[in-house]
Amino acid sequence: MEQRLTHQEPTPDQIYEEKIYRELGLTDQEYEQIISILGRRPNYTETGLYSVMWSEHCSYKHSKPVLRRFPTKGARVLQGPGEGAGIVDIGDNQAVVFKIESHNHPSAIEPYQGAATGVGGIIRDVFSMGARPIALLNSLRFGEPDNARVKYLFEHVVAGIAGYGNCIGIPTVGGEVVFDASYDGNPLVNAMCVGLIDHDRIQKGVAKGIGNPVMYVGASTGRDGIHGATFASEELGDDSDEKRPAVQVGDPFMEKLLLEACLELIDSGAVVGIQDMGAAGLTSSSSEMASKAGTGIELDLDRVPQREKGMTPYEMMLSESQERMLVVVEKGREKEVEAIFEKWGLHSQVVGRVTDDKRLRLLHQGEVVADVPVDSLAEDAPVYHCETAIPAYYEQHKDYSPVSIAEPQPGDYNKLLKDLLAAPTIASKEWVYRQYDYMVRTSTAVRPGSDAAVVTVRGTKKALAMSTDCNGRYVYLDPKTGGAIAVAEAARNVVCTGAEPLAITDCLNYGNPEKPEIFWQFEQSVEGMSDACRVLETPVISGNVSFYNETRGEAVYPTPVVGMVGLVHDVDHITTADFKEEGDRIILLGETFAELGGSEYQKLVSGEISGRPPQIDLEKEQKVQRVVLEAIRKGWVKSAHDLAEGGLAVAVAESSIAGKLGAVINVDTDLRPDHFLFSESQSRILLSVSAEHATEVKKLAEQEGIQATDIGEVGGESFVISVNQQQLIDLPVSDMETAWKDAIPSLMKG
Amino acid sequence: MYKALIYVTLKESVLDPQGNAVKGSLHSLGFGEAKDVRIGKYMELLIDLDDQQQAETRVKEMCEKLLANTVIEDYRFELIAQ
Amino acid sequence: MKFAVIVFPGSNCDVDMYKAIEDCLPEAQVDYVWHAEKDLSEYDAVLLPGGFSYGDYLRPGAIARFSTVMEEVKKAADAGKPVLGVCNGFQVLLEAGLLPGAMRRNQSLKFVCEHTELSVENNETIFTSQYERGERIVIPIAHGDGNYYCDQETLEELKANGQVVFRYTQNPNGSVYDIAGITNKAGNVLGMMPHPERAVHEWLGTEDGKRLFQSIFTYWRENHGAASYASGTDA
Repeated sequence: MEQRLTHQEPTPDQIYEEKIYRELGLTDQEYEQIISILGRRPNYTETGLYSVMWSEHCSYKHSKPVLRRFPTKGARVLQGPGEGAGIVDIGDNQAVVFKIESHNHPSAIEPYQGAATGVGGIIRDVFSMGARPIALLNSLRFGEPDNARVKYLFEHVVAGIAGYGNCIGIPTVGGEVVFDASYDGNPLVNAMCVGLIDHDRIQKGVAKGIGNPVMYVGASTGRDGIHGATFASEELGDDSDEKRPAVQVGDPFMEKLLLEACLELIDSGAVVGIQDMGAAGLTSSSSEMASKAGTGIELDLDRVPQREKGMTPYEMMLSESQERMLVVVEKGREKEVEAIFEKWGLHSQVVGRVTDDKRLRLLHQGEVVADVPVDSLAEDAPVYHCETAIPAYYEQHKDYSPVSIAEPQPGDYNKLLKDLLAAPTIASKEWVYRQYDYMVRTSTAVRPGSDAAVVTVRGTKKALAMSTDCNGRYVYLDPKTGGAIAVAEAARNVVCTGAEPLAITDCLNYGNPEKPEIFWQFEQSVEGMSDACRVLETPVISGNVSFYNETRGEAVYPTPVVGMVGLVHDVDHITTADFKEEGDRIILLGETFAELGGSEYQKLVSGEISGRPPQIDLEKEQKVQRVVLEAIRKGWVKSAHDLAEGGLAVAVAESSIAGKLGAVINVDTDLRPDHFLFSESQSRILLSVSAEHATEVKKLAEQEGIQATDIGEVGGESFVISVNQQQLIDLPVSDMETAWKDAIPSLMKG
Repeated sequence: MYKALIYVTLKESVLDPQGNAVKGSLHSLGFGEAKDVRIGKYMELLIDLDDQQQAETRVKEMCEKLLANTVIEDYRFELIAQ
Repeated sequence: MKFAVIVFPGSNCDVDMYKAIEDCLPEAQVDYVWHAEKDLSEYDAVLLPGGFSYGDYLRPGAIARFSTVMEEVKKAADAGKPVLGVCNGFQVLLEAGLLPGAMRRNQSLKFVCEHTELSVENNETIFTSQYERGERIVIPIAHGDGNYYCDQETLEELKANGQVVFRYTQNPNGSVYDIAGITNKAGNVLGMMPHPERAVHEWLGTEDGKRLFQSIFTYWRENHGAASYASGTDA
């Protein structure tokens, strides 16, 4: 057996002479660097270790210099980027733990399992910190849902998320679903998990304490997810011709047991460090845990629980089998750990020990099969400073004018509004979220379909608001502005529910960073996000970068998805978007400009995405948010809703539909009516307040220098909008509801 | 030693929505000749017994007790000597 | 009064059930009971929560029904103690034969999570005494396999005995006769797909589930004097 393997794996000299490292994704220069680190040519297993740890996914070698621009510190931040997930203090010795991560490529190949394992991975990141996961969100992007492939991807991604999240019993409370042709061949599937923890239970992925045992817990290791598409050993294996599955399959039941067992284990106090075996599995978890602790790790691979026969060290180290964790425990407490896992029907196994030599040493069948410095894997990956170039389209779009859209006739507006409400990106996502169990744990106070979801914290008056946001069109048209808007909108959504924005996690989805135009998009948008994070005081506490989202050389829109979490200090402040009562005044906060570049309206009437997106003044944004939060806390606000895709008309319509109450709106403007109604100008929020509080709200806004306009009244069964005394829209609320609610179900029926 | 190949399907009288969905899909793909699609489960297990009669009795018990829910499901199986 | 919330590997509404008892019945006691337990005699009522016991692998409830604790659940049912199975708990009771019929996948083949309206068909049970007969109540559902099935003969029997306790006013899953919840013939075992434990606070969207728990408590108090409650003895 041993002999057979040595025969089949290329020798160090072959790797060098035949440049086999290239097939594993290493450049000549990187390979030379490995030789100089080791003082010899790496063997096949070692080459594999470097190839995964120095991949963009694990090392952030292209993105690191740019990511350093993010503000990551704040008075409340207990853990910034670098661990499984970030942590923010919420008072009373409690903290919120969260992170978002992409699973785009696996979902493009096998949408159900790709999405399911994405959910599984992000949950492990959160509970490996010691936190109890309390909510899931998903930010999804697909091509236009007019062809069978896109519908297939959409349907199965949603089913995969449901299949995993529902089974494990963590409510999927929110997120977003966006459709745009740019995601046609390359859907984006970003999963976010939010957890709750007491300060004194926070765990880290560190391998401390020389001599402490390293334990492997959870599912067995198989050949799934091993990278190295070209690994020349398809025929490798004892006695079977079975092809190893490339797709990882999730087992939410196993993960539920693993979650409960790990939290019980952390309670026991026996844990020194714990980390998920995520991307690059055993390799990343072992080398990162040792590197962070300044120690080394020795693993005896014969002890690794294996699902398949005849696995090589290379395969075991690179496997991405799901539902596995690596735990360093206090020496002498192994039996206690085993007992906890046994209670949950799980296997745990000592597979190695912590050493003092800062090396990752792997033993297999009595031989040392790899011996490399841990820091060289985890910390010292090469860093690249990529070239940037301003894309040609950006220059061209400078000259766009909103007037290029022909002005509609007064009789066109009813249909325009209904068409906008039925646009897949705006339309109700009930078809999606009714497949998710968003109520389990009985803490969901604001359900999916709102600006942000709100989950209560049992035993306190507190609640957590959470939202994911990004308008990729804006980011494409102007990455810096679009990046800032993504953060601002996420904060605005959270504020509309009555929460104070705390911090963000981000999932940065782009095309190939080696293309200067793509890297420019990346750099500019990070710049814009960082600006917004600074002004809004919401540091970045965790995140993930996903590059190479391209098909046939076409990149997706740059899509830096922002996951925002906010704190509701008192559950009595929880506010929703639906109109509540006849006679309430409708107040628009903020100013409207003729900003139609990248808008739903532009896309609907011209089929194009062009021009410049709406601009944003971050100081003003902060003030608007402050006004809303203040008014909510004073108890003046009946409903609050962010103005987003589709502008004012759509926002008022959504509040009407949700509240099953009509509205009569009268506005005066110098703008063209369609510009006024459908512009997507930023920093605007729609409030409904009882007549007695209308003046107070307006006064509060004035004090902050924010424009507050009383635009009408809640009531009746019709939805009526007049601009400059001319009635343009008059629709029964039920008609609007039908257009909005039926759009996606009827698309999916076909 | 026997290998048991066990098939579990919904009873004739029980509506099979999955089968109907698949039938619809087959029809829309141009396989109009596909009739009465029934979706079921297929299980394989090794039986460590040498007597075929005994193996049959035991597998039947397994099906009745756990592998099929006889309120809504039918089962059948084959035994292959190993 | 003492409630047992049974926890199978993969149960995930156990915490919700526990909290619902805490919140609705401050005078009652409630414990989690692990599936490997061998004795339930100290409990006055048994609750089988929702979730995905054993991952719903093979069939929902098919594996959990063989848990050690299920022998004890049967004993409790035979002794006339209230036994409530919600969602996966209902599926376990069906697989265990404590209730007639079986569960199929939803007709839509999709998981459905939403508030549903039920009509209370029988308010003369120990679970529904606090409702009006024919009352419309709102209780959430969240399931992929809630399409209840039984043959015609069984259905007629269920109807004749008043065992159909809850029916959907708009059938969300294809269940026979719009059935949402049924009892055994004796009336002390109730299985239902909707989650009353998710309907116990106004901010959850409905509190119509509260009275189900209160009904159980009322029944128990009527049958056990204050004295036996105070001393905590078991009937």
